[in-house]
Amino acid sequence: MDRRKFLALAGAATAAPLVSKTAQATEITEDNPEFFGVLVDTTRCIGCRQCEVACAEANDLPVPDIKNDNALDAERTTATDQWTVVNRYETDEGEIFAKKQCMHCGQPACAAACLTNAMEKTETGPVTWDGGKCMGCRYCMLSCPFNIPKFEYESINPKIQKCIMCSERLEEGGMPACVEACPADALMFGKKQELMQIARVRIYSHPDTYVRHIYGEHEVGGTSWLYLSSVPFEQLGFRTDLGTLTYPDYTREFLYAVPLVFLLGPPLLYGLHHLAGRDGDENTEGGHS
Amino acid sequence: MSTANSVAPRQSVWQFILSELKPKGPIFTPFNIISVPTILAGLVIVVWRFAFGLGSVTNLTQDYPWGIWIGFDVMTGVAFAGGAYIITFTVYIMRAGKYKSLVRATVLNGFLSYLFYAGALFLDLGRPWHIINPIIGNSFGYNSILFLVSWHFMLYMMAEALEFSPVVAEWLGLERAKKILHKLTLGTVIFGVVLSTLHQSGLGALYLFCKPKLHPLWYTEFLPVLFLVSSVFAGLSMIIFEGTLSHRVFKTQIDPKKHHTFDDIVFGLSKGAAVAMYVYLFIKFVIFIHGQHWHFITTGWGWLYILEVGGLVLLPCALYTHGYRQRRIGMVRLAAILTLLGIMFNRLNISVIAFNWQLPTRYYPSIGEIVVTLMVIFTEIWVFRWVVYRMPVLRETTEGNRK
Repeated sequence: MDRRKFLALAGAATAAPLVSKTAQATEITEDNPEFFGVLVDTTRCIGCRQCEVACAEANDLPVPDIKNDNALDAERTTATDQWTVVNRYETDEGEIFAKKQCMHCGQPACAAACLTNAMEKTETGPVTWDGGKCMGCRYCMLSCPFNIPKFEYESINPKIQKCIMCSERLEEGGMPACVEACPADALMFGKKQELMQIARVRIYSHPDTYVRHIYGEHEVGGTSWLYLSSVPFEQLGFRTDLGTLTYPDYTREFLYAVPLVFLLGPPLLYGLHHLAGRDGDENTEGGHS
Repeated sequence: MSTANSVAPRQSVWQFILSELKPKGPIFTPFNIISVPTILAGLVIVVWRFAFGLGSVTNLTQDYPWGIWIGFDVMTGVAFAGGAYIITFTVYIMRAGKYKSLVRATVLNGFLSYLFYAGALFLDLGRPWHIINPIIGNSFGYNSILFLVSWHFMLYMMAEALEFSPVVAEWLGLERAKKILHKLTLGTVIFGVVLSTLHQSGLGALYLFCKPKLHPLWYTEFLPVLFLVSSVFAGLSMIIFEGTLSHRVFKTQIDPKKHHTFDDIVFGLSKGAAVAMYVYLFIKFVIFIHGQHWHFITTGWGWLYILEVGGLVLLPCALYTHGYRQRRIGMVRLAAILTLLGIMFNRLNISVIAFNWQLPTRYYPSIGEIVVTLMVIFTEIWVFRWVVYRMPVLRETTEGNRK
């Protein structure tokens, strides 16, 4: 067995993770001025569900019959044909409504999980799905801390369905359909840095109205969508135990170990092979017989 | 048995392969009677799945995107197949000649396991026509653990095929090809061992993203290490289990002299498995203490955890230890079975049972999922048996079989 083969193999194997480092250099951060998001002020939401209607119309989904379906009676999750839902919560401060959809994380778990880059954090902010790349492994669903990506199990050409923050409308200079439709100013579209300032101003100027927590500021490293609330976020069905680590951080060390193992493993094993061998012992060299 | 393989010297390779396709041995065995209908039913379900979508045959939901096709077929199957990298490491790197007779059967089993169990992944993909995407490079998800694992599966399957290829060449009587392929063995072994350490641990690393969903008794940042270490004793136990069965089922294939030495080999493997289990238990212990999860022990989850770690790791570890010291072969075999059950239980706990522990909804595999899983296992055994009866896997060589 010649050494050149090892080096070639090790080199090829090392190349892939090295390229990934350059890819990470361009990763989207909150300092990027083009990073858009939405601020949801749950103290203003009246539970009219106009956002659900607008979302369905903008994305060719079945439009919910908001007058007659009594959907607020039970807590709902998003679905393959409904990318956003408004839920009603009984809280310490009475009845409060909270709109749920993809949080559009700054460094999303789904995108870090995706082996084909079908899930992507676009530069402007939306996390989008590309059906031309996706192979339907559903690791994004397993990874998403908010359980947002939904899969069409009944289809033979199944798609991953989730809110894409109306990325096409954003490209044309517009705003998400739900924000535009909100009659109560509960939703505000803008750059995340600006939204953060507005959210802080609201908390400082009305300290009795809001809890001092902007959901999405630090959760899973920060999300494009931000929430204000008058009650602790647990009462609105939000998980507050997700931590502030971004998802790529969970596997970064493991991925950094990969090129190391590929570089050091073969020479180590080759060395062991020679250490273990006795002079003239060709018995186990190169196979059986 | 050996005369059955003899062919006329002028017969072409293809004629030989055709003649070898015919069944050898009795047809109406209990195994065949059970496995054939299961395989046929499984094939129908597979056709159904591709005609009407995953939801038509599986119980998968939006909360449980991965069921037993991943949790058992892939997670458990790959751990069981770990024996191939352990044995090739022991024989070719550490040059422990004692275990040489295990190499061919173990590598064959490993290769077929990857081919079928990891291949079952294909059935689980919603959009399998895009499986080529992460390979051809129009969309490399470099940062994805799954990208790493899938590439490793593919490369490792090639490495295993190369490691086994001299046996195929010998079967076909291609002496020159066999010599060339032989020379590649050490290289492929080294490559295979490196790949194995990374993707055995990589399967655990997949669940690093599931911190909010996986029960704290199972979630730890050391999941990759636990998966790697447990693949060592999973693989060794599988060799003991499979070897014991093979020595009964394929008795005619094995030199009677080797029947006696086999017990010796098994005791050696037992010792190896026990040591790996001590390491595993030590890591488990440190994680448990460090994680401060005492309060979970009295819950139902705690009992599952105690059953898994105590009943299906600590107990077989003790049985292995006592078994190889007292040279009690029955005890060691029992330990192997318990260990395999423990690995299965551990992988299913992580992927299915303790997954989404905070949600009220639970996932139970559908009949279709179970039948397809059995189909995969039975098909693998069929191919394994087919190869063993024809190629020099368990017997020393084909000398005398061919001219």
